Amino acid sequence: MKNSFLYLSCILVFGVLATTGCKPKGTGSAVAGDAAQKAFVPPGKYDEYYNFVSGGFSGQLSVYGLPSGRLFRVIPVFSVDPEKGWGYSEESKPMLMTSGGFEPWDDLHHTELSQTNGEIDGRWVFGNANNTPRVARIDLKTFRTAEIIELPNSAGNHSSPFITENTEYVVAGTRFSVPPDFANGDVPISSYKENFKGTISFISVEKETGHMNIAFQLLLPGVNFDLSHAGKGKSHGWFFFSCYNSEQANSLLEVNASQRDKDFILAVNWKKAEEYLKAGKGEKKSVKYARNRWDEKAHTGVHEILNEVTVLDATVLQDICYLIPCPKSPHGCDVDPTGEYIVGSGKLAALIPVFSFTKLQKAIAAKDFDGAYEGIPVVKYESALHGEVKKPGLGPLHTEFDGKGNAYTSFFVSSEIVKWNIEKLEVVDRAPTYYSIGHLCIPGGDSKKPSAKYVIGYNKITKDRYLPTGPELAQSAQIYDISGDKMQLINDFPTIGEPHYAQAAPAELIMKNSLKIYKIEENTHPYVSKGEKESKVVREGNKVHVYMTAVRSHFAPDNIEGVKLGDEVYFHLTNLEQDWDVPHGFAVKGGNTAELLIMPGETQTLKWVPKKVGIYPIYCTDFCSALHQEMQGYVRVSPAGSNVPLTFSLGKNSDDPKANSPETPK
Amino acid sequence: MKTNLSRPVRIMAAISGLLLIPTVFLPLWRIDLMAPQYPEGLYMLIYASKLGGNVEIINGLNHYIGMRELHVDDFAEFKVLPYILGGFGLLGLVVAGINKKFLYNIYTFLFLAFCVLAMVDFYRWEYDYGHNLNPNAAIIVPGMAYQPPLIGSKQLLNFTAYSFPSVGGYFLTVAAVLLLAGVWINYRKNNKLSV
Repeated sequence: MKNSFLYLSCILVFGVLATTGCKPKGTGSAVAGDAAQKAFVPPGKYDEYYNFVSGGFSGQLSVYGLPSGRLFRVIPVFSVDPEKGWGYSEESKPMLMTSGGFEPWDDLHHTELSQTNGEIDGRWVFGNANNTPRVARIDLKTFRTAEIIELPNSAGNHSSPFITENTEYVVAGTRFSVPPDFANGDVPISSYKENFKGTISFISVEKETGHMNIAFQLLLPGVNFDLSHAGKGKSHGWFFFSCYNSEQANSLLEVNASQRDKDFILAVNWKKAEEYLKAGKGEKKSVKYARNRWDEKAHTGVHEILNEVTVLDATVLQDICYLIPCPKSPHGCDVDPTGEYIVGSGKLAALIPVFSFTKLQKAIAAKDFDGAYEGIPVVKYESALHGEVKKPGLGPLHTEFDGKGNAYTSFFVSSEIVKWNIEKLEVVDRAPTYYSIGHLCIPGGDSKKPSAKYVIGYNKITKDRYLPTGPELAQSAQIYDISGDKMQLINDFPTIGEPHYAQAAPAELIMKNSLKIYKIEENTHPYVSKGEKESKVVREGNKVHVYMTAVRSHFAPDNIEGVKLGDEVYFHLTNLEQDWDVPHGFAVKGGNTAELLIMPGETQTLKWVPKKVGIYPIYCTDFCSALHQEMQGYVRVSPAGSNVPLTFSLGKNSDDPKANSPETPK
Repeated sequence: MKTNLSRPVRIMAAISGLLLIPTVFLPLWRIDLMAPQYPEGLYMLIYASKLGGNVEIINGLNHYIGMRELHVDDFAEFKVLPYILGGFGLLGLVVAGINKKFLYNIYTFLFLAFCVLAMVDFYRWEYDYGHNLNPNAAIIVPGMAYQPPLIGSKQLLNFTAYSFPSVGGYFLTVAAVLLLAGVWINYRKNNKLSV
């Protein structure tokens, strides 16, 4: 009896142990072996890749190193950044202007590096604004936003800023179809099917300068354009866009836009569109949109409003557009390095369809259509299909390529990256992500020549991955080594904002062009002071222009009197340094704005409207030298109508008999 | 006693002259400065007629310790040095051409004297800049002077200074060695004859 009791309790203990042993393994055990060694970049050593990661609702673009995950810089693009004076300095304010005035925030979803011959060339990175439709170009010499162009007839620029293989065009597609700007917008929302239109913009990029222009817009049925990728190699000249809501619902889309078994991938023959454009088939439409360019010599943004755009009606003009049925609300629309395969990822589909460009061309030539959708021919699904990847996972979103015949697809619902063979349509490997991956990135993974050492997943949910920070948690990126047959998780790191699409490029491609200083002799800013001798204070009515210089470790002038209430004071700061990594900062007490950070050789302006009589300190905000703390000064603000003369000085203390005499400082 | 130069010595005189001519344009001396904040290093080149390298940045840094700014116009040497060096070069060729031992010896003596004087002058300037500091300087370390080494390396606060000849300086050195060797060959030949 006693023995059998003992026997029973033994079974009980074993059973408890066994069940706890069966619980899913903690995330900590996902990293194994030599992972740490693979991700470790020793202090003082460089990373292998730059990673340009969209900041999502932060509106900015962040730059990380791979494989370390170290954050190098957050580039302000669509949102103001008081830290860098972006959107606060007089020079940067024009960059955030739109047809509707100053926009201090947006939502940057996708980044795309410029390409030449289908390979990343390291010159620019583009970003899209998802709220107020815009495309930005960031210069990779300076890591600064160089141009922002607004898109008329559009709302929610999501399928952007994807590019053609020689950066001929950057595209932008409307996520929300709306009545075009040139039509009456005051219509019932329920008249969606009648009045709402989709547009896709082709923005040309000038080869040398990168300057952007809207070459033409395609007018399309009112659906939601989601993501896109250009054809390359054999499919160069074509562009592919996924779209959902072919039901044309205007309310409760989560149900009403998920009714049809298939939505579409739109294939655009942009070479054909160019022909129509040349033949004068485009219609010039009166619209209003902003284009803002940064002048690197004048260190100033120039804002202009443009009033015309050329529209090609793709539902009337033949042979520009074709629709390919794609299962269940397609999201990602990705083209493999050969340009032959187009991968559509239906968010709600249980398979991944892969289309063949060759078969698509044959189907179009044979007019193998299944009718038309609002005037656009619909190619038969089977006629364009290379094949389907069966049961790959749940909720496929995006696909990148390794250039070795494999595709890597992210699965939001099943929270994993799945590697599969494109030709054979077979799953090769799968790796969990923590958690709910959105986009993913292989360096050059959407180009002709991927550099497939890592795949990085960008996750929406981090829950127990990091130390908790209250209800609001960081999003994350996870790096997998894909140099072997199996994906191996080697590192993860929290990101700024919410990362969506990201791109990466070999470090040497970009670092060799990195600018160190702006040459002061090339500075053409209208308020530059090229030396302390040129510093001065000038009154023009109620505007007081302070031509101020900064050099370690003083401002010139640093004592200013004669400012009166009602004045607008413009501090035009020129950093006289000509050495690398010696920025100066500038702030004034109670400024109601932000600081300035001024790079060597640059001029930036802070506008200040004092509200109270008194003495206002100014100081350098960027620790510039051993005597940084001494880099300060004072501005005296007198009542309106005061007869205190406008004076300025440097290096004279109050016991100096000439302290109050206006004199140019030496 | 033969008054003419032997063939090798004559060639050496000519080579010395030819080596001296490019020194008019080549950097003669190089001072490197290394500090934690300057992993890429700063350097200054001294030419016969000018200064090169990161002079502006070095001037900017030197103001902390109260050192005067370096300006080419402050040195009379830069106006005469190119002529002196060029002159010595031409003179070397002339000496080789005239082919007289006593001229050769005088030339060698003059050139070596010039070299010694130049180094003394260089030291004098280094001493002057390193010691005559602005008493209102931001950083004053009691007893500290900032004279760079004449040749070799030396720690100056956070900077390590390295001072060595540059291409032109090496040309001058080779010329001096060749000329001296010629004097020695002349001397040995004389002794042999008189024995």
